[in-house]
Amino acid sequence: MSNHEYDNTIICRCEDISRAELHKWIDQGLTTVDELKRLTRATMGPCQGRTCRQLILQEIASRTGVPISEAKIPTYRQPLRGITLGAIADMKLDEEGKPHEE
Amino acid sequence: MERKEIVVVGGGPAGLCAALQAARMGAQVTLLEGDDRLGGQLVKQTHMFFGSQKQHAGTRGVDISTMLVKELEQMPNVEIRTNAMVLGRYEDGALTVDDNDQFKVIYPKKAVFATGASEKMLMFANNDMPGVYGAGAVQTLMNVYGVKPADRVLMVGAGNIGLIVSYQLMQAGVQVAAILDAGPRIGGYLVHAAKIRRAGVPILTRHSIKEAVGTDRVTGAVIVQLDEKWQAIPGTEQTIACDAICLAVGLSPFADLFWQAGCDMKFIPELGGHVPARGQDMQTSVEGIYVAGDVGGIEEASSAMVEGYLAGLNAASALGYGGETVQTQRTELETQLNDLRSGPVGEKIRAGLAKLYAE
Repeated sequence: MSNHEYDNTIICRCEDISRAELHKWIDQGLTTVDELKRLTRATMGPCQGRTCRQLILQEIASRTGVPISEAKIPTYRQPLRGITLGAIADMKLDEEGKPHEE
Repeated sequence: MERKEIVVVGGGPAGLCAALQAARMGAQVTLLEGDDRLGGQLVKQTHMFFGSQKQHAGTRGVDISTMLVKELEQMPNVEIRTNAMVLGRYEDGALTVDDNDQFKVIYPKKAVFATGASEKMLMFANNDMPGVYGAGAVQTLMNVYGVKPADRVLMVGAGNIGLIVSYQLMQAGVQVAAILDAGPRIGGYLVHAAKIRRAGVPILTRHSIKEAVGTDRVTGAVIVQLDEKWQAIPGTEQTIACDAICLAVGLSPFADLFWQAGCDMKFIPELGGHVPARGQDMQTSVEGIYVAGDVGGIEEASSAMVEGYLAGLNAASALGYGGETVQTQRTELETQLNDLRSGPVGEKIRAGLAKLYAE
């Protein structure tokens, strides 16, 4: 699917990133999910890439010719889902500032 | 901060069985589930299961879940926490948890990650339009909440999920316009496909969706025929009227925690993507972290349950529980898994596992 038919198709729904935008950056040499993520915010929305990561990997693979099996996999950082700062601030700590043992 | 003996992450079929097995052997078990109820995908399965009696064949998935949960709830050495989403795994072995909006840190001696899978998305024009669903969402609406998701659905994917959800939609009074599959033949069991064909629903192999039609919601879909190289054949486009497009195009293992733990990962398409390397004992390359269910390779719920029992058994046995019968039970579970994976139906998973266990 290298035609322009799908240029406006949204690849990352959370951050509204189109296929054409990803291709623009891939063609400029940003050929890993991590690089595209830092530049476009793709995979950084509420679903944390669960919907789009595979699609982005496919686009990189088809655009660069490097198969997905050889692709550089992005870092899966904590937290896996959003949590409020309040919940973290409310955590009980001991004298050393470590999580209080219950 | 809490210290626990065995922590099972995920309360789907694999996690329930892992918790149950370890608890039956006497271990202290904490089961963490991010959702507000246990059962995972089992609660959506209103159909009866195949397989053998040991994996509750002939029983509906939702009833299997109820049975397993009931036994767990009666065990004094099992602590069940729902709305407890594990957020991360850290170098020192800590798990952080959003436990009912409280931030908790848990150190398990052994952990079983049975985190399941997420649905794959497909690229086609307007795929972000309201009316484009994953099959899981359609099943949740219909079978868990009793909400009719649409009047006329185009199903994309003729694997078992696509076929079963199509049949359930028909039972719920929803028209299924057609079922598409990009492959040259129907991926799911023929017994499911036959029921659907008898009801007059076309199953179009070597077809895919090109575009969702509509302005602010789906009113149709443009489908297209594919050649042997999976490329669209120009001129074969046709428009199908529908008010929902349901995607059942496979699952990706939800392996984030294994990545965070630094487990060796392998990319194995037959298993659904990246999965943690593991031994026959279900232990990953990181000591004390076990894997069970779809996150270790996309398969049926029946094998997820057996893998859960096996992971639970090995985690508990590593802590000294179980006594003399452990080896017999282990062999029995391994035999069950081999049986489930035998025959032509298990061909793909066998190929995937051969790659997984290869050095």
